[in-house]
Amino acid sequence: MAPRDPAIVGIGLSDYPKAPHLSAVAHHAQAMQRALADAGLEKSEIDGYCTAGGMAAGDDPVTMAEYLGIRHRYIDGTMVGGSSFEFHVQHAAAAIREGLCDTVLVTYGSDYLSRMGRSLGTGGFGGSGRRVAGPPQFEAPYGNSLVGSYALVARRHMHEYGTTSEQLAEIAVGVREYAALNPNALYRDPITVADVVESRMVADPLHKLDCCVISDGGGAVILTTAERARDLRQTPVAVLGAAGGMTHWNISQMGDYTTSAAAVCAPEAFARAGLTPDDVDTIQFYDSFTITVLVLLEDAGFCKKGEGGAYVAEGPLRRGGRLPLNTDGGGLSSCHPGMRGIFLLVESVRQLRGQAGPAQVPDCEVALAIGSGGWLSCIGAVLLGKGGR
Amino acid sequence: MEVLRGVEWAKPLPDPDPVAAPFWEAAGEGRLLYQECPQCGHRQFYPRAACTACGADPRWAEASGRGVVHTYTIVRQFGMAPFRDELPYVVAVIDLEEGVRMLGNVTDCPVEDVRVGLPVEAYAVAAAPGLGVPFWRPRRER
Repeated sequence: MAPRDPAIVGIGLSDYPKAPHLSAVAHHAQAMQRALADAGLEKSEIDGYCTAGGMAAGDDPVTMAEYLGIRHRYIDGTMVGGSSFEFHVQHAAAAIREGLCDTVLVTYGSDYLSRMGRSLGTGGFGGSGRRVAGPPQFEAPYGNSLVGSYALVARRHMHEYGTTSEQLAEIAVGVREYAALNPNALYRDPITVADVVESRMVADPLHKLDCCVISDGGGAVILTTAERARDLRQTPVAVLGAAGGMTHWNISQMGDYTTSAAAVCAPEAFARAGLTPDDVDTIQFYDSFTITVLVLLEDAGFCKKGEGGAYVAEGPLRRGGRLPLNTDGGGLSSCHPGMRGIFLLVESVRQLRGQAGPAQVPDCEVALAIGSGGWLSCIGAVLLGKGGR
Repeated sequence: MEVLRGVEWAKPLPDPDPVAAPFWEAAGEGRLLYQECPQCGHRQFYPRAACTACGADPRWAEASGRGVVHTYTIVRQFGMAPFRDELPYVVAVIDLEEGVRMLGNVTDCPVEDVRVGLPVEAYAVAAAPGLGVPFWRPRRER
């Protein structure tokens, strides 16, 4: 690695999946403390800061920087939903290369489960006589739910390509196998394809077990230069390539309901890294719903468009498969506090360091994290490599 | 399109800016509007202050009110009133004959009858004074 090549040198997770003792901003703070300790860095060395605010009181970027006491030379508040943190890595890596700053902290935290419970979990607009402004006014009168938005994608994919509920279920079953290895995961009992397709229908064709959990949680990632990384505690993880893009924000504007921006930004990330899908040892994909993973797999080039169902049914994403998915138990079984993107990065780093314990992917040298924000709207792809690559 | 009046309305209502307001007003009078760009011909929905293709000022055009279901879901769980009291119901993306898409509900048929490709027609519900909300129902060919 060249001296100013960006590397991830610290990771931290706050208490999850249920942490009633922590507010959203306290999740940020605890995750930062743990990432600093992990890296062996002093907080005073942080001169860049990224976060995606707007989901809880006081979690906007400048309030968070003040709360945490960050004296930033570089700040990025990109908020594109759950994939914001993949975008932050792209931006922080460029800022570090350019010399705008040396060491960037990225944080996330949410007390969603403790604050809101599961009662509003399907999302959407309610409220008798409530007035809704902006583009959502063209959707709000119709009672669509967050799950319903992804169901529109799943239905169209099934219509065009014959994808089945059983194929989608395979994704949830495999992720649950990894959750069983994570003592913190919200749900750890094994499930079968039959369990998924027989679970309650939330929004056809998505069942309860096609949907992610609702939890508390937070995470932090610290990036610095390869030069600085040499003296730090952990083996650095190189940012090999990162790219992001969007096709729409509101679900009514998606255009092609079977294809996400990953079809553009994942190849861009691969090109920057000089790698192909064949080089990837593990994928950490945003599993808000089973269909999210299927669409991202196709768009990132692991199989052709429309062949995702047959691809996953062969079991490559499971433990022991050739492309293990969400080795921490994912959003489907372990932890989803609202915006999961930070956890994709943390778990990728754990795998590349060889610190994933019983979930360790053998000979793991390249990880691909793909976040999805909104309703398969804003996609961020980050290729990470074992230090020294 | 037909306008149903005297229907009790308890759902969220639009809070339109001056660009969006003519759409809702027209729907209340039985006309379904979309935008067309006089410069490049691009058609778009939802209404905006600029053409998403070329950036010029769009103008209003009137749709036939005919379309087909592009994709849909049957919502079977929803946390909030009034929708939770109406479960199950269909949320669909409709391909209009004019080439734009609208999200809406398909009503007036069992939810299980909705399919991708189902021909539908628009109708409106007078939801507030001077404001109509479009809905969709299976098309009855005459």
